Amino acid sequence: MSEAALPSTKNTGSSIWRVVALLAVAGLVMALALQLRARNAAQPKSGVAPDFTLKMYPGYDGGSGKPEIRLTDLRGQVVFVNFWASWCVPCRDEQPALEKVWRQYRSKSVVFVGVDYVDTEPAALKYLAEFGVSYPNGPDLGTKISPKYRIQGVPESFLIDRQGNIVLFKIAPISEAELIAELDKALAK
Amino acid sequence: MSNLKSQISNVVALLVSVLASLLVVGIVAAQGGPVTDDQVNTVAKRLNCPVCENVPLDVCETQACVQWRDLIRQKLAAGEKPEQIINYFQATYGDRVLQEPPRQGFTGLVWILPFVGLVAGVAILAIVLRRMTGQPAPVKSEAAPSELADGYRERLERELQELQ
Repeated sequence: MSEAALPSTKNTGSSIWRVVALLAVAGLVMALALQLRARNAAQPKSGVAPDFTLKMYPGYDGGSGKPEIRLTDLRGQVVFVNFWASWCVPCRDEQPALEKVWRQYRSKSVVFVGVDYVDTEPAALKYLAEFGVSYPNGPDLGTKISPKYRIQGVPESFLIDRQGNIVLFKIAPISEAELIAELDKALAK
Repeated sequence: MSNLKSQISNVVALLVSVLASLLVVGIVAAQGGPVTDDQVNTVAKRLNCPVCENVPLDVCETQACVQWRDLIRQKLAAGEKPEQIINYFQATYGDRVLQEPPRQGFTGLVWILPFVGLVAGVAILAIVLRRMTGQPAPVKSEAAPSELADGYRERLERELQELQ
């Protein structure tokens, strides 16, 4: 038997290190690519709405008497989810219309849910009181809900049909007329 | 007798008043008077603006940051310690608001990876330099086979002899 045929520990060790280095680089590239993809991902405009549980501000449970609201528990109803913040000027523009339409549709199997984005509680409560908001509202605790909807700012709104699918995404303040038209369309389905 | 009772009740009333005053003074002292901008910014610089990318809270002028700094001021005035305030912001808004990522979990890699990269870089550089200067790497060469190779060869030769 010749010496060349014997297993070379040097070559084996070198190959293992090369594979490890290659895997490390591949892993790093993949992680960067995934992060880039997540950052550039747009808001969902269709498909099943990501589920979430919202802990509501005291006194802003929409009359449910419950401390939390879970999206999947609202199946069978049309749900309007609005991301907002007290420091957001365009949110102030749309707020009166939202409250008005909510009062008009609350008895028609429609639920409005306000998700307060990176806001302070004192400022948020002052804002809600200022506009006399009466639909369920709560903070996006731990900033866990907004990444699911990949929002890029506020206000942003999603309309979800009775089956739990997103039927409308609105990146700007929504007008009273548009909201009513979309709600009627979703209720008719 | 009634005089004694009256005196005792006067003394008790005096003691209660003194204790109440001390309590009030203690609370005021614990709160440390009005909170300065420097105190607010000491906490704020450990946090990120919630709406801008990688902008420290103490230098950001968005309305959201103004409100966050107001909240820090309120919490400091209420006697909360900076660490408690940071913990509150982390719990309410998530890890992303921290200027310094937590040294645990997946984000802990941020602290480890640079050192791993540095060590790997130095090791690669050393190997390349050794090869360039023609010095052998500190591994056992084939000219001096390892015990493992020796054992392997002996076993092979023994088994070949058995076959013959």
